[in-house]
Amino acid sequence: MMFTFDGRPVPSDGQQTIAAALLAGGIRSWRRTRLGGRPRGVFCGIGVCFDCLVRVNGVPAQRACLVPARPGDVVESHDEPQVRA
Amino acid sequence: MTGYDVVVIGAGPAGLAAAVTAADAGCRVAVLDSGPRPGGQYWRHRCDADGRGHRDWATFVDLRDRLGRVERISDAAVWFIGSRPDSPRFTVHAGSRVVAARRLVIATGAHDRVVPFPGWDLPGVVTAGAAQALVKGQGVCFARRVVVAGTGPFLLPVATTLADAGSTVAGVYEANDPFRYARHVRPVLGAPDKLPEAGRYAWRMLRHRVPYHRRTAVVAAHGTDELTGVTVAALDPRGAVVPGSESEVACDGLAVGFGFVPQVELAVALGCATRLDRDGSLVLATGPDLATSVPGVYAAGEVTGVGGAALSLVEGQLAAGAAAVSLGHAAPWSARRRGRLLRAHHRLRRFAAALHAVHPVPAWWLDRCDDDTLVCRCEEVPAGVVRRAMRELSVCDARGVKLTTRVGMGWCQGRVCGYAAACLTAHEAGRRPTVADLTGYASRPLAQPVTLADLAAADLTD
Repeated sequence: MMFTFDGRPVPSDGQQTIAAALLAGGIRSWRRTRLGGRPRGVFCGIGVCFDCLVRVNGVPAQRACLVPARPGDVVESHDEPQVRA
Repeated sequence: MTGYDVVVIGAGPAGLAAAVTAADAGCRVAVLDSGPRPGGQYWRHRCDADGRGHRDWATFVDLRDRLGRVERISDAAVWFIGSRPDSPRFTVHAGSRVVAARRLVIATGAHDRVVPFPGWDLPGVVTAGAAQALVKGQGVCFARRVVVAGTGPFLLPVATTLADAGSTVAGVYEANDPFRYARHVRPVLGAPDKLPEAGRYAWRMLRHRVPYHRRTAVVAAHGTDELTGVTVAALDPRGAVVPGSESEVACDGLAVGFGFVPQVELAVALGCATRLDRDGSLVLATGPDLATSVPGVYAAGEVTGVGGAALSLVEGQLAAGAAAVSLGHAAPWSARRRGRLLRAHHRLRRFAAALHAVHPVPAWWLDRCDDDTLVCRCEEVPAGVVRRAMRELSVCDARGVKLTTRVGMGWCQGRVCGYAAACLTAHEAGRRPTVADLTGYASRPLAQPVTLADLAAADLTD
């Protein structure tokens, strides 16, 4: 089964979270922070740190490590508007 | 709103043991858990798991099979517990669900404790628990060539799980010296299954040719957009970096953990009294029957002091037994069995104290945390801003630092940086962290994000 991440198809085994499927697909970072523009991906892996935020089917600020990847999901990176360069 | 005699929050070892015990005593029980399947972090598994790679899997299967009359509510992260001042009656909110309880057992467990160091926010750096959860719960290795670092026995299962799953483990870097267990002979002998367990990990590390370094730490992570390597350094017996001992290790993954932070926020919000444990954690103060200071609220597992799964299983039984008796049910065990549980509790607590004495968080990070090193990842606050607030704005405690710098006020609400921010503040003020410093980061009116749609859909009729 497949979902898309920023338009690219990403496979998932049907049980995985979005974060796990992205990591398995070799994608390690999918967000930039709003102040320093720093790249971020998984850190705590269990829903504690909020570093792995993604937009899922238009809904922002979803924790990729908690949300299961469903076929056809449209997942987008969560770049935040830069407040300070 | 459905009502229960006992509501258990958390379905890890402590919560499952509590739920089964309370049901055996004749109580109407619900167990709420944030995960999709019971087991907590310790028994995190995929839905087709056969127990391979898990410790004490038979215990989990036994508890799961005995959940029969227990209402199990999964994918239910509790964000608020309402209470009444006059009687022990509680309303537990998870998403739009609300359940009522006469007694609560808080068994919310813990998450990894990490301290900041240069480069710790690079993709490729994860907590030790994340590395473990990705393999056990998702069947995914987070990196190909991994360094495992920090302190505590948890580093060993992490390293061997990763190696079993196909990662190359470039080395385990333990900041402390495990030979110091020799100073704690009685507590170690009191937990007799710990030695063979350590032996099994040593054997698996040898088989995978994983190098093990003691009194060594990862002091910096390198890379521009992703991790490409780390700097490791030897530590002296006080935990400071030995000058000139630094060397580089190439890796695309770093799993790091310095013990655990108990998740006490629900209990703190209820008003339960807290104390500092020997590992520097804020934990719930409990009596011998695991009652907290709030009538009707019991606690079990890591929230009463980090001590591992065996201790959590014992505490879950004791807490639920006491809750059942307080509701007028007969005790679910004989006096002899209760005596055995109490002795096991004492023995395992003593072992946990030895573990905390051997594996303190080393002091090096406070010296190595330069002004540019991020303390708070969410609000991107570097250590220099904390130091300046203390020097120029006369802030003297962790709460003041939080309010003036936004440390701990972002998405994670201080779950990741709270411990380190409290330590940094105390260090700059020339004192040790206090209960008040840590409580500043543990008090959150809402324990989880909740959507307006969930709020609107909640059934609040009593």
